[in-house]
Amino acid sequence: MTQTYTASARTRAGTLSGIAALILLVVAIVLPSFASRSLIQDLFFILTMLTLAQFWNLLAGYTGLVSVGQQAFVGFGAYMLFGATILWGVNPVAALFMSGVFALLLAIPTAFFAFRLSGAYFAIGTWVVAEVVRLCVAQWQAVGGGTGTSMPRDARDAMWGVEWIEILFDVRSSAARDILAYWLALALAAATIGGIYWFLRTRRGLALAALRDNVEAAKSTGVDATRMKWIVFLVAAFGTGIAGGLIFMQNGRISPDSAFSVTEWTAFVIFIVVIGGIGTLEGPIIGVLVFFFLQELMADFGAVYLIVLGLLGIAIMLFAPTGLWGFFAKRTGIALFPTQRRLETKR
Amino acid sequence: MTTILSLKDVSKSFGALKVADHVSFDLPEGQALGIIGPNGAGKSTLFNLITGNLAPDAGRIEYLGRDVTRVAPMQRCLAGMGRSFQIPQPFTRLTVFENLLVAATHGQDRRESEVVDDVAHVLERTELIDVANRPAGGLTLLQRKRLELARAMATQPKLLLLDEIAGGLTDAECSALIETIRALHSGGVTIIWIEHVLHALTAVVERLLVLDFGRVIGLGDPDEIMDSREVKEIYLGIEV
Ligand SMILES: Nc1ncnc2c1ncn2[C@@H]1O[C@H](COP(=O)(O)OP(=O)(O)O)[C@@H](O)[C@H]1O
Ligand SMILES: [Mg+2]
Repeated sequence: MTQTYTASARTRAGTLSGIAALILLVVAIVLPSFASRSLIQDLFFILTMLTLAQFWNLLAGYTGLVSVGQQAFVGFGAYMLFGATILWGVNPVAALFMSGVFALLLAIPTAFFAFRLSGAYFAIGTWVVAEVVRLCVAQWQAVGGGTGTSMPRDARDAMWGVEWIEILFDVRSSAARDILAYWLALALAAATIGGIYWFLRTRRGLALAALRDNVEAAKSTGVDATRMKWIVFLVAAFGTGIAGGLIFMQNGRISPDSAFSVTEWTAFVIFIVVIGGIGTLEGPIIGVLVFFFLQELMADFGAVYLIVLGLLGIAIMLFAPTGLWGFFAKRTGIALFPTQRRLETKR
Repeated sequence: MTTILSLKDVSKSFGALKVADHVSFDLPEGQALGIIGPNGAGKSTLFNLITGNLAPDAGRIEYLGRDVTRVAPMQRCLAGMGRSFQIPQPFTRLTVFENLLVAATHGQDRRESEVVDDVAHVLERTELIDVANRPAGGLTLLQRKRLELARAMATQPKLLLLDEIAGGLTDAECSALIETIRALHSGGVTIIWIEHVLHALTAVVERLLVLDFGRVIGLGDPDEIMDSREVKEIYLGIEV
């Protein structure tokens, strides 16, 4: 008699971490009712960096698109938010969506150009695009040209939900804006992780994992590598653009140098993904926490801090190339976001 | 009988090194063709040209009556070409089952739930069912070679290209492999098999092609080819 089989990606650790994630999400939502303003700001930083890291991980970890030009989408998304609020009077919260859309539009010609290059040339190509966009934006006088500009007062005050938060938590409007930004960052990070996780469990997500492991073999088993690259690049640009818009909406001030900073929006992000573990969903989460605590610890050391980050990154690449999460997962077999389909005999 | 694959003056060089030199042959649908030749003759390169992993410098490749010379590997896979790699190329972080799942769902454009039983059946036939849920990166070389065959089978190919999958097997394992390939062949699959283990090859194939320095130096009945002077010269010291 022949056996019949089923496949399932469900595991106990996965169910537990799913429940834990839900509890965590609920706690995070109600957190502003008792947390200090500085904690809310720290969490905003962690959540936005986590979002950027998840998208960079999707690019580099799964499709081998090692971009060092993601600051193009952060900066362009952020500038479009300022442009839309200043020039067209769009509500900043609504303009976040435009940040994503404009970043995605920028990604289309960028991809046409950069996909002709591979490896190190691709990386440099994306960086060049980011620099070109920065130089162009610096000519845009309506948003402050090379020196940048601030969010106009009336736009700030008009942000959806701020008044309601002021009343709800009995706080001043600046604190209310931080809470609003924090909630948006929470929603963005949760949607990013949830979305990528959902995608990885689909048939296309399986192809993405195959592509991560072996490009030639993936092509020879029918995986459409080109299409996957396009999907990932455009999705990453969209999400990165929204994150950029949000970061500078919270900041309230923008300049070409800060919005297109390769250090802040790409180098730090790469560090987060590499130390956490590239090619996994868990890696960036671990990575961003390590990055945050290192930054707190070494806030007073200036340039030494960057050297320590660099050395740590190199050490991890040499001795634990799968990152902290990879190191842990290999020894325990635990996955917080299980995607592995297990073959089981049907009873 | 229809021709499934047709190569016309296909050439390829790596720098000054000619690895395919005006290679031409027709393969009737349903036939099993063996390819032999010394190391470095260009056998694996010929597979890469047929599957599209490499582009030829000149010549024309037709598959099922269609010119596929410039068609991407993924498209050729969807059209029914399945292949194994001489140096196994597993998806290391995926399990053995998932390796086949990729091939079965994307190689034929089917849903995951539809292919589970087919994939499991291939795993049974290739004796990989016991390691189905293990990451492919942890397999032994022998298991990796089996996985190459299994993954190619999972795409349910019309034309199956096998590159040196019998090396290092025990006699019993080799007989089992021959049985598996025979079964595929009698099920109507056209096969091209590169193999140094000649007795395994001659147990299956109906025609033999000899490649040397990228040139076809013999093509025909296996017994006659094996008796020819050129082949004996080439294989002197390997196995006759
Ligand atoms: N990508 C490549 N670049 C340069 N040389 C190659 C490449 N692939 C194979 N070769 C060379 O081409 C020759 C034929 O290789 P191959 O087709 O693998 O031979 P076979 O499979 O018959 O042993 C060898 O000399 C090999 O070193
Ligand atoms: Mg070879």
